[in-house]
Amino acid sequence: MNALTYPPHARTYRYDEIDREFLQERIAEFRGQIERRLAGELTEDEFKPLRLMNGLYLQLHAYMLRVAIPYGLLNSAQLRQLGRIARRWDRGFGHFTTRQNIQFNWTKLEDVPAMLEALAEVDMHAIQTSGNCIRNTTTDEYAGATPDEVVDPRVYAEILRQWSTLHPEFTWLPRKFKIAITGSPNDRVAAQVHDVGVLAKRNERGEVGFEIHAGGGLGRTPIIARKLRDWVPEAEFLAYMEAVLRVYNALGQRENIYKARIKILVRDLGDEFTQMVEREYERMPRDRYRLDPEIVAAIGAHFAPPPFASLEDQALHADPEFRQWASASVRAHRQPGYASVTISLKPIGGIPGDASADQMEAVADLAERHSFGEIRVTHVQNLVLPHVRQEDLYALWGGLRAAGLATPNIGLISDIIACPGMDYCALATARSIPIAQRISERFASLDRQHDIGECFINISGCINACGHHHVAHIGILGVDKRGEEVYQVTLGGSATNDAAIGELIGPAFSYDTIVDAVETLITTYIAHRVPGERFIDTYRRVGVTPFKDALYAPA
Amino acid sequence: MSTKAKARPATAPVVFTANRLRDGRVVWLGTAGLWRDAITETVPFAPEAAETGLALARQGERDQHVVGVYAVEVDLAGPTPLKFRERLRVQGPSVAAEAA
Ligand code: SF4
Repeated sequence: MNALTYPPHARTYRYDEIDREFLQERIAEFRGQIERRLAGELTEDEFKPLRLMNGLYLQLHAYMLRVAIPYGLLNSAQLRQLGRIARRWDRGFGHFTTRQNIQFNWTKLEDVPAMLEALAEVDMHAIQTSGNCIRNTTTDEYAGATPDEVVDPRVYAEILRQWSTLHPEFTWLPRKFKIAITGSPNDRVAAQVHDVGVLAKRNERGEVGFEIHAGGGLGRTPIIARKLRDWVPEAEFLAYMEAVLRVYNALGQRENIYKARIKILVRDLGDEFTQMVEREYERMPRDRYRLDPEIVAAIGAHFAPPPFASLEDQALHADPEFRQWASASVRAHRQPGYASVTISLKPIGGIPGDASADQMEAVADLAERHSFGEIRVTHVQNLVLPHVRQEDLYALWGGLRAAGLATPNIGLISDIIACPGMDYCALATARSIPIAQRISERFASLDRQHDIGECFINISGCINACGHHHVAHIGILGVDKRGEEVYQVTLGGSATNDAAIGELIGPAFSYDTIVDAVETLITTYIAHRVPGERFIDTYRRVGVTPFKDALYAPA
Repeated sequence: MSTKAKARPATAPVVFTANRLRDGRVVWLGTAGLWRDAITETVPFAPEAAETGLALARQGERDQHVVGVYAVEVDLAGPTPLKFRERLRVQGPSVAAEAA
């Protein structure tokens, strides 16, 4: 039962009794499995698939519990509970990931049932955060708030969640499967590097439909997705998605882990893949999959606009420090008098995406006071308060400052994506976090960061690319060279509408020299840029050569 | 669990590491087949005795005390793992904010 009170206007999907009963059954089942494991009745080989189905990994130093945050939406009661879990069962921290989830890095196996109970109290769980299933769908962190939105993607993200949760046919796919959906023409979800990227849009009659891309991905073989369809009508959305998954499920290469993702199939089959999906779609019993407008409306009701006040847009408070923060963190809202605020989880020298229990509670309080109790997690590992009154911005900034959460670096060079890397991850070949920390310290001066302008640095600790390094303006990949860490640099990646895979620039740098290399790249950009150009613009105009020359010129 | 040391015969002394079943914490094989928190309490095996050590370590898995046993090549001073990854296993995360 839901022991905690939800903020009344937070637009997160509310579980019904059936959902809650199901969760309780799953917890009871896993509790029994953990007890049998601890009693020695189950071996690790038997237990491992069971724990992974419940989001529990064994990492380098401890177990890690990955908790699903459906499409990155949280209400304040949920965030407060995550803070409580961090304090009680972890070391007082949680780590927000590029999949808009949260991970607890110091989980004890014996504590897991209690942690899952605490999650269930706020309708949360860790199911389907691992394994070869359809994972948490990610979406635009400014959904329902941004002026450029055409369709609210949360409605369809929730429909996808319900469709994919425990889908009997798709529990054992050839590999994991990640979907991103946006309802804005400006891609903020990296749609083209997902297994399926969906753009929800409207036709001239105002009807909703979907542009479907498939076969994108990062990892060992980074590929930009292929557009399968320009328009799938709303009613046919699930039928078409089902067809894509069926073709993949039937033909994906299960026997080779490096070739099992849908991107390899789409790349190898090309247009034939599209045709196969079309044929599957044609022969499907459409009526069975038809998305009923009443269901869409019922789910849509969960995401109705909160009760906005009728306000006018306002000028910002004159405090220059506040204005510097606002210029990076405050974003236009569709509702006059409101704004969206991005909260940086990237303090200078900090761990990207980490929040302490105190900070989670502080954000939950601020969300209740200023944003209808709603919080979003971004794939860049920050948080968003989607609906803040402009007249409250100054007070909100004060509250964030008190919690150490007012670093004004959103979109700037120290707003770095970094995966956990070798500091936590058992698969890592090198550390990521300390590289991010050192880069942010090197570029600590805010004036300098603002002068450099928008620049995305992403860091991964192995070729799995959880840090999305391929699609960064400056991508850094840590690899192992004879037992020591070295770092490869790629340039020119992008995760937005002009998605591109970065180009490997040359030999790798050592742990000690990688930060100097980044500095050299930035000074080269500054020397070549023309007014108004961002790093990526200059790179595209002048090409790789000046950067290469600067990095590898003989001393 | 896979063991890198099994695939390639050890050329340096080895110690054995694993994660404790109950809480996942890193442990090291000490005397009398007991698993210890500190690498200083571990017992190194000469490269040619690595297989014997592995058999002893595996007993910990069979007894369901530990998970993911593998051999780690070390310099006997310390002992100190030769590879960076295992030095991190000894130290814990290198990142200050969460080190506890
Ligand atoms: S990129 Fe590699 S090191 Fe980083 S979290 Fe993913 S698997 Fe771990």
